[in-house]
Amino acid sequence: MRADLFDRYSYADSSIHRLPAALKLAVALAIVIVTVVLPVGRWDGFMVIALLLIGVAAASRVPGSFIVRRLVTLEPLALGVAGLAMFQPHGGRIFATMLAKTTLCLLTMILLSSTTPFAALLDVMKRARVPDILVSTLALMYRYLFVLVDEAQRMRRARASRTFRPGRWWTWRTLTTVIGQLFVRSTERAERIYAAMIARGWS
Amino acid sequence: MHIPDGFLDAKTLVVTASLAAVGVTAAVRQARAQLPPRKVPLLGVTAAFVFAAQMVNFPIAGGTSGHLIGGVLAGVLLGPSGTVLVMTAVLTLQCLLFADGGLLALGANIFNMGIVGGVGGYYVYRALSRAFGARAKFLAVAVAAWCGTVMSAVATAGELSLSGVVPWSVGVLAMAGVHMVMGVGEALITTLVVLAIDRTRPEILADGPTGLPLRGTAETVAFGLVISLGLGIFVSPIASTWPDGLEKIAGTLGFLERAVQTPLASAPIPDYTLPGIGSPGWATALAGGIGTAVVFLAVLVIARLIVPRHPASRDAS
Repeated sequence: MRADLFDRYSYADSSIHRLPAALKLAVALAIVIVTVVLPVGRWDGFMVIALLLIGVAAASRVPGSFIVRRLVTLEPLALGVAGLAMFQPHGGRIFATMLAKTTLCLLTMILLSSTTPFAALLDVMKRARVPDILVSTLALMYRYLFVLVDEAQRMRRARASRTFRPGRWWTWRTLTTVIGQLFVRSTERAERIYAAMIARGWS
Repeated sequence: MHIPDGFLDAKTLVVTASLAAVGVTAAVRQARAQLPPRKVPLLGVTAAFVFAAQMVNFPIAGGTSGHLIGGVLAGVLLGPSGTVLVMTAVLTLQCLLFADGGLLALGANIFNMGIVGGVGGYYVYRALSRAFGARAKFLAVAVAAWCGTVMSAVATAGELSLSGVVPWSVGVLAMAGVHMVMGVGEALITTLVVLAIDRTRPEILADGPTGLPLRGTAETVAFGLVISLGLGIFVSPIASTWPDGLEKIAGTLGFLERAVQTPLASAPIPDYTLPGIGSPGWATALAGGIGTAVVFLAVLVIARLIVPRHPASRDAS
């Protein structure tokens, strides 16, 4: 699985994609807040939000199969914790409400991230006076995220093609060595990036 | 243990977001004051590294696998403020790009995994490696990684129970129980990774990547206060819902009613609840927070008195 599969629809084009990022972020935040404060068992409220989100999904032309796949990979985590809610009076109702709320919020965030380029969100943060150092950390992280994930996979493949020792302990040792090596390479890359930034007039 | 939106209620969201905001502000202030410009890219690339490291799956047993959280690993490599910045970036990006962890719950996730897990774990590491010397460094890393994982899990359980979605006794048993096992994996991975870095580039571990340990008294105080306040608020419901051991025994043996009700001095916060505040959950949490703040201040004053004012003079002696 390649990591950039996640980010493949944010640069597509639709009426939703063309809306300003600040507006989309504000609307997403509003939907999440409304969903979170709705009391237990307000099914009509959840239905309205669900219909709204389905409408947005249709207008954005992000494939339904992609959205459903993302939901299915994220849902088990929520299910596990929501399951703990069953151990109390009215647990079933609380469980169902939590599941509905979580699904709606996940859907909102999936739609936001697949209709808005991350760089546009960073721009919004910058204008909202988020501290510089956080914005530049996020920007550099986004830039090198896929590079490092691919590098980690290449290192694991190289290891796998050269070592045939079976056993769990051996696997753990090789995998942790790969992570350690990845950190060393990351720090060296950071030094090169700084040199490149200076060369291009960063201050 | 990324908390999605829809689990925490408004009051818990406000408390966690404020705690996270204080922690992140302290980290940003310190980075502005101390971080040399040439280290700015290192924060971003380390954040990408933590993310990439989280994607490496380790086989556990019976076809299941787990992965690193990386809070304590970042702590050992970057020091407390660097950890808060890196974990904040990791969690923000996971939330905005992958919908992993909620938007409103972002504060809670930064508090649990970045501040309690990462910075708390870092202080466990520092205390242990100071107490037992350089020889026990890797053992200190392992213990710190385990503690960091379990502490985050306990904080998460506390937040879920304060929100009224999961009863405290069930939540803490499940969360802490599961993460006591997961913590062993985290400890093993973190230690082996630190060992691998130590073998290839020992100078990185000497003091964090040169110039990045980012520690100072004001920030230590801020982080300590945020962690202890948060744990005080989220974990103090123990006191109300679990009768303490002696009270329980007294109740079953039937001598509770014989206990004489003449306290030596009336406690300012009787029975961990504040008078005048309606809901008992809130009152307990608030009392826990105030109590923690008082204890923290007391410890701070005592530490000031005991520890020599100029650390440099201790180095010279």
